[in-house]
Amino acid sequence: MKNIPLSALVGLFFTGAYFLMAIFAPLIAPYGVGEVVGDVWEPMSSTYLLGTDNIGRDLLSRMIYGGRTTIFIATAGTVLSFVIGSILGFFAAVVGGWMDQVLSRFVDLIMSIPTLIFALVVLSVTPVTIPVLIVVMGLLDSTRVYRLARAVAVDISVMDYVEAARLRGEKTAWIIFREILPNALSPLVAEMGLRFIFMVLFVSTLSFLGLGVQPPEADWGGIVKENKEGIVYGIPAALIPAFAIATLAISVNLVADWVLNRTTSLKGGRG
Amino acid sequence: MSDPMLKVRDLKIGATIYPPGEKPRDIEIVHGVSFDLERGKVLGLIGESGAGKSTIGLASMAYGRGGVELTGGEVWVNGRDILKSRPGDIRALRGAEVTYVSQSAAASFNPAKKIMEQVIEAAVEQKKFSRRDAEERARVLFAKLGLPDPENIGDRYPHQVSGGQLQRCMTALALCPQPDLVVFDEPTTALDVTTQIDVLMAIKEAIKDTGVAALYITHDLAVVAQVSDDIMVLRMGEMVEYGPVDQIINAPQEDYTKALVSVRSIDHEEKAPTSEPVLKVEGISARYAGLAHDVLSNVSVELHPGQTLAVVGESGSGKSTLARVITGLLPQRSGQITFAGRALSPDLAGRSREDLRELQMIYQMADTAMNPRQTVGTIIGRPLEFYFGMKGAEKQKRIIELLDEIELGEKFIDRYPAELSGGQKQRVCIARALAAKPKLIICDEVTSALDPLVADGILKLLLNLQKVEDVAYLFITHDLATVRAISDTIAVMYQGNVQRYGSKTDVLSPPFDDYTDLLLSSVPHMRLGWLEEVVVNRKMQSGGN
Repeated sequence: MKNIPLSALVGLFFTGAYFLMAIFAPLIAPYGVGEVVGDVWEPMSSTYLLGTDNIGRDLLSRMIYGGRTTIFIATAGTVLSFVIGSILGFFAAVVGGWMDQVLSRFVDLIMSIPTLIFALVVLSVTPVTIPVLIVVMGLLDSTRVYRLARAVAVDISVMDYVEAARLRGEKTAWIIFREILPNALSPLVAEMGLRFIFMVLFVSTLSFLGLGVQPPEADWGGIVKENKEGIVYGIPAALIPAFAIATLAISVNLVADWVLNRTTSLKGGRG
Repeated sequence: MSDPMLKVRDLKIGATIYPPGEKPRDIEIVHGVSFDLERGKVLGLIGESGAGKSTIGLASMAYGRGGVELTGGEVWVNGRDILKSRPGDIRALRGAEVTYVSQSAAASFNPAKKIMEQVIEAAVEQKKFSRRDAEERARVLFAKLGLPDPENIGDRYPHQVSGGQLQRCMTALALCPQPDLVVFDEPTTALDVTTQIDVLMAIKEAIKDTGVAALYITHDLAVVAQVSDDIMVLRMGEMVEYGPVDQIINAPQEDYTKALVSVRSIDHEEKAPTSEPVLKVEGISARYAGLAHDVLSNVSVELHPGQTLAVVGESGSGKSTLARVITGLLPQRSGQITFAGRALSPDLAGRSREDLRELQMIYQMADTAMNPRQTVGTIIGRPLEFYFGMKGAEKQKRIIELLDEIELGEKFIDRYPAELSGGQKQRVCIARALAAKPKLIICDEVTSALDPLVADGILKLLLNLQKVEDVAYLFITHDLATVRAISDTIAVMYQGNVQRYGSKTDVLSPPFDDYTDLLLSSVPHMRLGWLEEVVVNRKMQSGGN
């Protein structure tokens, strides 16, 4: 861990800060999430560091609690999509034949429907709770992961060492987890950073449209929605969550970049 | 003209390496090499991989590949020191005065463009010829290089001609701008022996006719002896010996050169067949899905315990397909395989763990045959765990035993494949196969990616292991010298058929059928004038040229 490049340090610092903030939200936030403490859209002051929102709640507290919800949903969704997508993708690549065809065409079918519209349709008929959100987003996003995982694994599964494992009589699970996964990790890790950010954007979009996290719970997309009218009057409240999303996106990607570099230049790594 | 065309003085080349877990550091890979090359002469640069021969070749175009830096010395081309030239001058030099023929023509041609387009590109770009003249010149060169249909071959795409033809197209490409110097970087290494002859002959004639100077880089001393006037032997970036061909081949001074000249000194007495064959292949026919013809037709061979069956033939003869059928990766369409007295199921899924254990395989490319993310210990340990349920100290002990057997030793146990040399990697693959205590090991071109001296070591190791472990080898190769060194029985394959089959002495003594004759006569001899003789004397043309 010695030679961490500056960019990764910066990324690590901000990512860490956001995650810590999410975890310790109740300890950090000065006020409660739904507590009305002041006037509508009060400016930034020493009492309300980021001002107040459209009904007079402390914006900083909303941001901290909202970050917690957004980051949690995005993380859980990403993990779900990676577990499902990569296992199915590896499986399709290793087994091949009609199994590969069935899975791949099914994924093509799902992908042919725009994700956001698909999610909106599903969420408008199911009760919108956080677990449902995570499952819907995770499943929809796993199609992307599936494609990447399958493409990477197809290349690896024709290597002689995979053939050697097959000739040895190894089970499919061994081939997937011991021969293919370690060699497919670096593109997947890079993709994970990217996918996490798409998840953040996805959940924010859903909340902005009113089908994501439901009030009085806060999340970044919801905060933008609540405060969007303020922009007309020059109130920056809606821009603050947007800024948070942008900085989180950049810092997570800086970290993902560094991880990618490290795993490819590991001793024994390719190149 | 007092000055030679190419004059290299005290050339030093360095590179930065990035050893795992350490700080990057600079190393010198060529330590002060000097030579002269006159117009119309050919200098052969020879050495093992890592000797710096390609690096020196590219330095004569003032080019360092992949982070390689030309750190010192002088390279004079036509009286100019090109290492001190400005980038614009170097650009004018490359593709006009100095051209390059690379090892793999298939990888160097752009598959999306027609051959003619690429052959004349440099000549037109450098304004040496008009497009029309360049095309005319290319056609003349195609004819001179013995390519079929020289008028129209340029209209084809690279995938529409064979490997040997493409290599000759690349030679035409290099000669098209009328250069003063051509660098040939292992131009025939990737070709079959029978094809190699035609390409060598074409290159030799073309050099003679056009009067260019040439650097000919190869690891095969017998090949370089056919085309060069002088030879420089290199090792670890240093000149070992430099002299006329005649002297290097017939009276080498240095020990290393002597070793190169006398390589393949293994003598192996063939063994008589014992009672029951361990592997019996009867009337096998096989084809790949989507192909309308058989890749293997009616192949029958036998292999006795503790013996070696060599399967020889050029690429496309079906020898690797035979291995895939025996291992169960490609189920046969008809025929029967009997292994250790049991009938083998055609497909992998139908075979017992015992069948799988007793039939192991070693691959040509040791690089891709080992998972780059597993240590040597894991790689060798897995079959022990998988077939024999060994764990902990017992497994550790056996791994160390195996490492000793392949002459590597305990310290290699925690290394990753990337930290091994080519020969060491192949040894680890051998250990992995041995770990299963097999009755038969299929060796698919196991030495063809290795330097001659290293390959020799591997062959000796395999022979010793055969004595100790009483394992049979099915040895697939295109190299007849290897066959001579290790086989008891030989099967010569041609276009999916067994052309000739029998004990080593029978197969290798006359009278020969035409194909075996071609194959045998195509193996380069370390003798001057061999190439001309063989071209005159052979009875049939190579199919794949």
